[in-house]
Parts: sequence; structure tokens; C-alpha cells
Amino acid sequence: MRYIEPHGHMVSRTTDDYQDMALAGCAAICEPAFWAGFDRSSADGFYDYFCQLTEHEPKRAAKFGIPHFCWLCINPKESEDTKLAEEVISLIPQFLDKPTVLGIGEIGLNKNSRNELKVLELHVEVAAKHNQLILVHTPHLEDKLKGTKLILDVLKNDKRIQPERVIIDHVEEHTIQLVLDAGFWAGMTLYPESKCTPARAIDMLEVYGNERIWMNSACDWGMSVPLAVPRTALEMKKRGHTAELIDKVIYQNPLQFLQQTPRFKLL
Amino acid sequence: MTRQQILDLYFMDARARLIDLAAFMDRVERADGEDDFRMSAFREALKELEKGNPDRAKRVLLSFSDPSSEPIERAPGKGAIGAYPHTK
Repeated sequence: MRYIEPHGHMVSRTTDDYQDMALAGCAAICEPAFWAGFDRSSADGFYDYFCQLTEHEPKRAAKFGIPHFCWLCINPKESEDTKLAEEVISLIPQFLDKPTVLGIGEIGLNKNSRNELKVLELHVEVAAKHNQLILVHTPHLEDKLKGTKLILDVLKNDKRIQPERVIIDHVEEHTIQLVLDAGFWAGMTLYPESKCTPARAIDMLEVYGNERIWMNSACDWGMSVPLAVPRTALEMKKRGHTAELIDKVIYQNPLQFLQQTPRFKLL
Repeated sequence: MTRQQILDLYFMDARARLIDLAAFMDRVERADGEDDFRMSAFREALKELEKGNPDRAKRVLLSFSDPSSEPIERAPGKGAIGAYPHTK
């Protein structure tokens, strides 16, 4: 088996996880910038984090033969402070030429506030100006439906944004159709408690098709499973899906999206 | 897969989850005090299971969702609760 982990917060994971992922056939890991579990006190903290994502983490992954890529942003959970957000966003362009930066992400909304929307629009501006791919985080639980609709409005209203260059992540049964119908890619996040289980992710593949869809573990410091993607591949096999289809969903599809930036190169 | 094969693969897991749900409701009702909008939302969501629609998962998720469309003035915090207080 081969697979791409298109969304994993490896700075929160142990070296053992890298080893397990390598053993399971992980061909690449993509790490979006996210909330650390606490609010950073200044833009300097983000500068260090961006250095960690672009310089240190690729070296950790390389010890296990896994190419590591990243996305940069200030996460929506820290977007309520728009002054801090503006300072952080002003740091991003200097990192965009780093060889493993894929684009802007994971941007989006958390509680669907006006400030979060403003910061989302600032990120979209950077992405459009620098012709970057975009990875979008959609809100949690009761906030997901409304947030997904607000995010889609922002993206669709900016004519510079090409939907096929945007992945909208953490879709569930009530948001996936909205995302696919608008021409965007959809990401399904495999979590043990929230978001979706392997069985539900496969249900969505069976109902909504397997084009413009990927699956990810979004493993981080919370309840999450770094091997969620290969485990779901095993579940697909139990459900009678062919090796070709499994390979398409866990390898070819993320490859197709990510290769839209020339920086995404496999070993 | 045939319906029988799906049952073979998932029935025991679904059965266990259903008993967990039943035990959860018993646990809540055994405890002292009042419940809140989350339990009301939970009971509303349960009704979706028996309506016979082919998209129950979607309908359960919709029943827990904030139905409004305007952004809020300020984020009250970072976390989500899992249900929307429709009566607020």
C-alpha cells in the first residue's frame, strides 16, 4: 500500500508516529499551520513556528524517508485578534519561496465571527496575490454548516480564486455536497470522536463519488490517529473496494491536487 | 456489497453503539438536576432515525447545526458544544 497523508500536524506527534507511518506506506506528509492549543503571545511566536514547519520538521520526516510539506497561515482559532493576525499574515510572503511550502492553510472559520471572516479574506488575498493553493479548515460540530456556507461565499465571490486549486477540509454528510457542487476539492478527516469515522468516509465515497476527494488523519495533539488513512484503506478493502480505487483515493487524488504546485515532489 | 454482507460487517458495532446510546440516556436521567438544550437536541436528532429517509446521517448533523447565516459579532471562545440552542 502507498498513501499520502495530506493533513497531519506532525509537530505534535512523536518520532514513533513517523516510523509507523513510514512502515504503513506513507509517501508524503503535508502539514498545515494550526492552533498550538494555546494562544501565541506575539507574531514572533509564529515566525518561529513557520521556521519549524519549513526547516526543522522536513528534517525529522526525512529520517524516515518521508517528504514533508507545509501550509502557512494563522489559524482561525487565533483570528479574533485582527492586529496579531495582520502581523502574522505579513510574515507569510517571505516563507512562500521555501521549497516545501504548498500554499496558504489551514485558513477558514472557527466560531463564524466577523473578525474571523476578515482574517479569512486577508489570507485569500495573499493566496490570490501569490498564486498559492489554499487549504480551508471548516468549523467544528454545530458551527460547521454555517461556516462552510460563509467560507464558500468568500471564495466564490473572489473571481481570482480557482475552485480546483482549493481544498475544503473536514467535510461531513451535511457539507460535502455544497463543496463539490461549487467545484472545490473536499477533504474528509478521520477522527475517533468528531468529524467522521472510516465507515462514514467510505459511505460518502459511495454516495458522492471519488473525484475531488481525499482523506486525512489531521493527527495533532488531540484525540487522533496518525494511521487513520491506511486503516480506512483496510476498511475499504473489507467493503469490497478494489485496490485501484483505494489507491486512487489515498494516493492518486491527493497527488493530483498537490501537484498543482511544482513544489510537491515525491522521492 | 449485499445488505447481508453489510450486516455481517457492521451489525455488531452498530448494536454496541446503540446500547451505549441507551445507557447514556439512562445515565443522564439517573443523575440529579436538569438537563439542557444539548439533550433536547439529542432527542430531536434521534427522531431522524425512524423517519425512513435515506440520508439519516446528514439529517442528524443538520438537526445539531446552527441554522443562522450571519456572522456573529465576536467569538465567545474557541470550542464548539455539539448542539445549537434553537430556543435562544
